[in-house]
Amino acid sequence: MFDIVAFIPRAIVQSVPLLYGCTGEIITEKSGNLNLGIPGVMYVGGISGVIGAFAYEQACVKSGNFNSVLAVLIPLLCSLIGSLIMGLIYCYLTVSLRANQNVTGLAMTTFGVGIGNFFGGSLIKLSGADVPSIALAKTSECFARKLPFAANMGWFGKIFLNYGFLCYAAFIIAILAAVILTKTRVGLHLRAVGESPTTADAAGINVSKYKYFATCLGCMIAGLGGLYYVMDYASGVWSNDAFGDRGWLAIALVIFSIWNPLVGIFASILFGGLYIVHLYIPTGMDYMEFKELYKMIPYVVTLIVLILTSMRNKRENQPPASLGMSYFREER
Amino acid sequence: MAEAVIKLVNITKKFGPVIANSNVSMEVNKGEILALLGENGSGKTTLMNMLSGIYFPDAGEIYVNGKKAVISSPKMAFELGIGMVHQHFKLVDVLTATENIILGLEGRLNKKEAKAKIKEICDKYGFDIDPDQKIYDMSVSQKQTVEIVKVLYRGANILILDEPTAVLTPQESEKLFTVMRNMKEDGKALIIITHKMHEVESISDRVAVLRKGEYIGQMMTKDTNAAEMTNMMVGRTVSLNIRRPDPVDPKPRIQVEGLTVKTIDGITKLDNVSFTANSGEILGIAGISGCGQKELLEAIAGLQPAEKGSVVYVNDEGSKEELLGNDPRRIEELGVALSFVPEDRLGMGLVANMDLADNMMLRSFRNGKSIFTDRKSPRNLAENVVDELEVVTPAIETPVRRLSGGNVQKVLVGREIASAPTVLLTAYAVRGLDINSSYTIYDLINKQKEKGVAVIFVGEDLDVLLGLSDKILVLCGGKVSGIVDARTTDKNTVGMMMTKIMEEGGTKENESI
Amino acid sequence: MNPFKSFHIVKRDVLPWYKAWGVRAIAIIIALIICGIVTTITTGLNPISVYGAFFQGAFGSARKIWITLQNMSILLIIALALTPAFKMRFWNIGGEGQVLAGALATAACMICLGGKLPNVVVILIMTVASVAAGAAWAFIPAFFKAKFNTNETLSTLMMNYIATQLVAFFTVVWEVPKGSFTVGIINQSTNAGWLPQIFGSKYLLSIIVALAITAAMFVYLKYSKQGYEISVVGESERTAKYVGMKTEKVIIRTMLLSGAVCGVAGLLLVGSINHTITTTINNGQGFTAVMVSWLAKFNPITMIFTSLLIIFLERGAGEISMNFGLNQSFADILTGIILFFIIGCEFFITYKVAVHKKKEKIANGKEEK
Repeated sequence: MFDIVAFIPRAIVQSVPLLYGCTGEIITEKSGNLNLGIPGVMYVGGISGVIGAFAYEQACVKSGNFNSVLAVLIPLLCSLIGSLIMGLIYCYLTVSLRANQNVTGLAMTTFGVGIGNFFGGSLIKLSGADVPSIALAKTSECFARKLPFAANMGWFGKIFLNYGFLCYAAFIIAILAAVILTKTRVGLHLRAVGESPTTADAAGINVSKYKYFATCLGCMIAGLGGLYYVMDYASGVWSNDAFGDRGWLAIALVIFSIWNPLVGIFASILFGGLYIVHLYIPTGMDYMEFKELYKMIPYVVTLIVLILTSMRNKRENQPPASLGMSYFREER
Repeated sequence: MAEAVIKLVNITKKFGPVIANSNVSMEVNKGEILALLGENGSGKTTLMNMLSGIYFPDAGEIYVNGKKAVISSPKMAFELGIGMVHQHFKLVDVLTATENIILGLEGRLNKKEAKAKIKEICDKYGFDIDPDQKIYDMSVSQKQTVEIVKVLYRGANILILDEPTAVLTPQESEKLFTVMRNMKEDGKALIIITHKMHEVESISDRVAVLRKGEYIGQMMTKDTNAAEMTNMMVGRTVSLNIRRPDPVDPKPRIQVEGLTVKTIDGITKLDNVSFTANSGEILGIAGISGCGQKELLEAIAGLQPAEKGSVVYVNDEGSKEELLGNDPRRIEELGVALSFVPEDRLGMGLVANMDLADNMMLRSFRNGKSIFTDRKSPRNLAENVVDELEVVTPAIETPVRRLSGGNVQKVLVGREIASAPTVLLTAYAVRGLDINSSYTIYDLINKQKEKGVAVIFVGEDLDVLLGLSDKILVLCGGKVSGIVDARTTDKNTVGMMMTKIMEEGGTKENESI
Repeated sequence: MNPFKSFHIVKRDVLPWYKAWGVRAIAIIIALIICGIVTTITTGLNPISVYGAFFQGAFGSARKIWITLQNMSILLIIALALTPAFKMRFWNIGGEGQVLAGALATAACMICLGGKLPNVVVILIMTVASVAAGAAWAFIPAFFKAKFNTNETLSTLMMNYIATQLVAFFTVVWEVPKGSFTVGIINQSTNAGWLPQIFGSKYLLSIIVALAITAAMFVYLKYSKQGYEISVVGESERTAKYVGMKTEKVIIRTMLLSGAVCGVAGLLLVGSINHTITTTINNGQGFTAVMVSWLAKFNPITMIFTSLLIIFLERGAGEISMNFGLNQSFADILTGIILFFIIGCEFFITYKVAVHKKKEKIANGKEEK
């Protein structure tokens, strides 16, 4: 029997990294920057947090006292800084130096995934620490701490209260992003920059500043997805390539959610479910190979959704008009 | 002596090797309308862009209200009270009028307050806009109104209008001029760039002339006339009359019957349009922009599917061929030599990043059986066009986007008439062209007419349409509001027909053909 | 006055080719210096020996040179495959999936037909199958792009993952021995379906194929009617329609070509080089090839050098990580750094920075114009 109360929390847990990536990329794309480096940024966000947590835990082993607030703040800060640096690299190349966004994004992904896997695999050797593998159990425990009364609330507790704080933060950030984009002057200006930088520029909006700001913020949000994955979902254990292609799925989700963070929330949960649905399809031991086919489901669904959205063309559902193009004021 | 609100001293601006402005010095006074004249490529827009902070001068000084100013961004221009309405509107399509108007301002977002202020401005000067309408739903003249209100909303005292009437009907232009006069009375300084001499005479107080990036001189409008201004712009005497040879042996060439075209959204762009274009005649098409001119030409050229109706081509022997439902290649294969000079030269007629020879190849690359292209004949054709039409280009290998507007058009027209067409469709063939280039184009079109080509000429300047065409078909909202004889009608009649369907409908007019 | 307002950027006239390449060379040198510093920090090796190790890795022995050239030829083929699509402004980042589809078809032929038919016939069928599979994989995104303007960047990307899962599925089906999740060397005893060695060298075949495709692609893009159509469609779809080109047909045809050439890369990977199939057989080269093609400004001849550069970096960084027991991903970091520099330096080729007050023109901080 399909256990919906068990399935939904697992789908939500899966959806959080996607939601972070999706919200971050929506904000970025609203400024006209198509950041294909998001997968790399999410790796960097994750590994930066791991490095911070690892350093703190090692320090704690020596000094003996462990502060849960610091244990959360240090990795969080490291993660944000790591993603910010990635955002700055992307912006410097595409905004200041007007490089091709697709190519820069792909290079960022190569670089970011490389950083993640390199430090993930070599951190112990580089730091000379005396541990067999990176398992940040203590830090993870702080990140994954659930609401205390969740266990007493039956199915409601299981579905709505059973998560670490980064999970709730993902939803709050998505809602905030939606409000800022539609209701504030900053949001209005940002949309103008993405739609028509020439117009925004002529209206006295600093196009580069907005592009930098939105892209870096977007990267920092996306990076949190990586942090959530390793600290909460993976219980503080980093393994190379485990994060997989969630970054790419997050980018695909942006189109699915027609550049609206609120739609992004539902889209992420849907995809979180699709991502693990193969675990719920019984195959039996003799047909293990079909598991591999079921893992295709999220990609096939994404593809179908892409095609369907492109078939119904509505003015408001189009990507920002200048998406993917760099802006040079004196172009003639 | 009037008070100079803007003073330019020795302004120079270069784009790579091209000198757009060289040592320009001039003044603009409070409470006056200054017309800035010059041929295309004479640097008018560039000069104005430096005032509005889009470009930064390489050398020279700008004084605003007597104080030296550095205008390095549009924002700084606004702070100095300078606002520019660009020829290409700077509006965000998916936003509303209000959102566009308050774009770039600071402080908390309060659309309600903004709307009230917009209404106040509209009432004061006589504008009419819906603040909640999305830009993509607006007509060209509505968009322009939004642009002007945007500038006024920011408290601009110096307004620059770059070819504001190019996209308006005579009636709309007149409305704009009324508003401009209101603003002048209010003590604002206005600079208007236009190519239309009668407008300069009716609206401006003073004219300043640029030629090839240099400042030639200025004079009071009341002390001069169109001929003198034109001579100053061009640097030599030019005749302002358009030649109109009489048609020789006109025979029906294109017969359009009941043509109806809808967009994919179901909006009717052409509604039951019928007419005949004769060989050896120029059929002018007049109408407010967006009234179906584009769809009409594209339907004939095989680029626009139609709901119903027919477009029949009649060849010299009198045999007929239905064109609707065929693509341009198929039409060519039917033996119909149809040439089309589209409105969007660089986006449709030519490939901006390709050189002249490769652009010539667009029409001819399929010739021959080889899987490889013949590079030689397009090259020769390019050389011929450059020679015969006096195209100014550094080389045949120069990408066409680097050429000026007039030269781009010569390349396009040159290619289209090279294939010896029997039907020539042109859309806004002289839009944005200076007087010299315009006359070259009129001449080329007249030569085609004399060769017996059926020319369909979509135009916007009624003076030109009246002077060049044999007949004029007037479109209004996709319907034919009448077909008139260009030799006997006048501007007012055509202008009226452009804005409303005449009571009697098209039938009476059609009989006169 | 704000110091940031005191300079602005202007577009350059076309820079002579030797200066343009000079800028690129400077960028690569700076990137290499930074890579050296990064390596020194992480490994403690002295910088000079870092570069030594780089060269060791790529060109240290005859065998290493051959492997470098072989890897380069595969990367080159994929980059060439993607190029017509890019010239058409179709962002095919599905090279990975198209190569895998070709590889899968090759492996399927080798496993199912090997030994049952004469070897020549098997190889012929393999070739046809791999080309067809690559083309088919490219057809799906192309079709929907042409019909509905479906975003090709994402659709080709999804096709990659679908291909990966398909390969994973067949890996389990074909696994030898059971439970190992690997296929093992196919037809190790019979060598059925193994592509022939040229002059007794197992490396030469892919190199020759790569060079042949380079020449063919160069001619195709530059001189053929179809190549001209690709450029026109890429520059302006409206112009293409205006002169009666069937843009949908051009898009689909070009992507079929793109996929077919990717299929050839898959054929070589399985039939000539690895004789096995895994989900990671292509090692992300479908993405790297995007950069190879772009760095070469879509010029097939230049791609020989850009692919060599990338492979040199990979092999060199691989050598260093191996020597120091570091993780293989170290190579990705170095590649990333160098790419950032090459991508960034294009700016100094297209634009120049002009300072207002002093009237001096800084070409790119190093080179006075």
